[in-house]
Amino acid sequence: MKYLKYLLVGAFFGIVLSKAEVVSWYRIYEMFQFDSFHMYGVIGSAIAVGIILIQIIRRTNMKSMLGTEINIPPKNRSVARYLLGGIIFGLGWALTGACPGPMFILVGQGVGVMLVVIVSAVMGTFAYGLLREKLPH
Amino acid sequence: MIDLISQPWPWYVAGPLIALVMFTLLYFGNSFGVSSNLATMCAIAGAGKYASFFRFDWSNRLWNLVFIAGALIGGFIASQYLTTQPGIALAASTVASLEELGVTNPGAQYVPEDIFNWSTLFSLKGLIIMVGGGFLVGFGARYAGGCTSGHAISGVSDLQIPSIIAVIGFFIGGLIMTYVFLPLILTL
Repeated sequence: MKYLKYLLVGAFFGIVLSKAEVVSWYRIYEMFQFDSFHMYGVIGSAIAVGIILIQIIRRTNMKSMLGTEINIPPKNRSVARYLLGGIIFGLGWALTGACPGPMFILVGQGVGVMLVVIVSAVMGTFAYGLLREKLPH
Repeated sequence: MIDLISQPWPWYVAGPLIALVMFTLLYFGNSFGVSSNLATMCAIAGAGKYASFFRFDWSNRLWNLVFIAGALIGGFIASQYLTTQPGIALAASTVASLEELGVTNPGAQYVPEDIFNWSTLFSLKGLIIMVGGGFLVGFGARYAGGCTSGHAISGVSDLQIPSIIAVIGFFIGGLIMTYVFLPLILTL
């Protein structure tokens, strides 16, 4: 039962990203071509509303339903890992046209071959774990 | 109502709803970040034997796997019951540039059907796009400590500098791929 709410929120997320065509390879290509405002509007308005919601959480000292402090895990100060990791991620994002969430959503839409993309992403994550000590962070 | 839902949703509906998903997960006592599921999958598959990075207690991350399973179901529901006509109303210039690169019927489906299928997977083009692309996404997301959900939405909403740097990186990589490599790969 504890997990049911995550299944529902996940399904909602999958429907939103499907209906707004965020999971479309074409929309990602179009975004990087600067041909349409659509993706910028989706990401930009998500961030704008996100900033407001997080400010409300902070200023009202809102607690989670478990009574715990709400926080988005802060990240370590560094430039190399975010910039290099980000660039590698971006290269892959423009190739597959899908970030990790949409990969799963597209499997649900019936694009079965996306399972191969997911397995490759898991292998990429594994490779990072193996090479982690040797990479600049 | 169902007619309205069956239309493509505009950005100003989708963006705030994505922020709501983030908020709901925070309220549940968790945080919004899809790519950490990939590391959880590694850990469950026994990757901890090979790298300490994967030696963590994944039981408290199961909620996120359930979330992503839900997203998969959401994709099914949306495509089966909430979409009357498939196809994306792409910008004319996008369609023209893709046709020039040999992509047939750009926007007819959510993904280019002549790339994302099992027979293309076993061609050089398919291997680079699906296996290579997936690998880069997984590697880069973990190296950067998050993907679009964890950095671009959650981290930037929290005004965290590392997330802003990561998003700049996402765009540098995406633009290099789109303008330099993708034209070569699509015409393989």
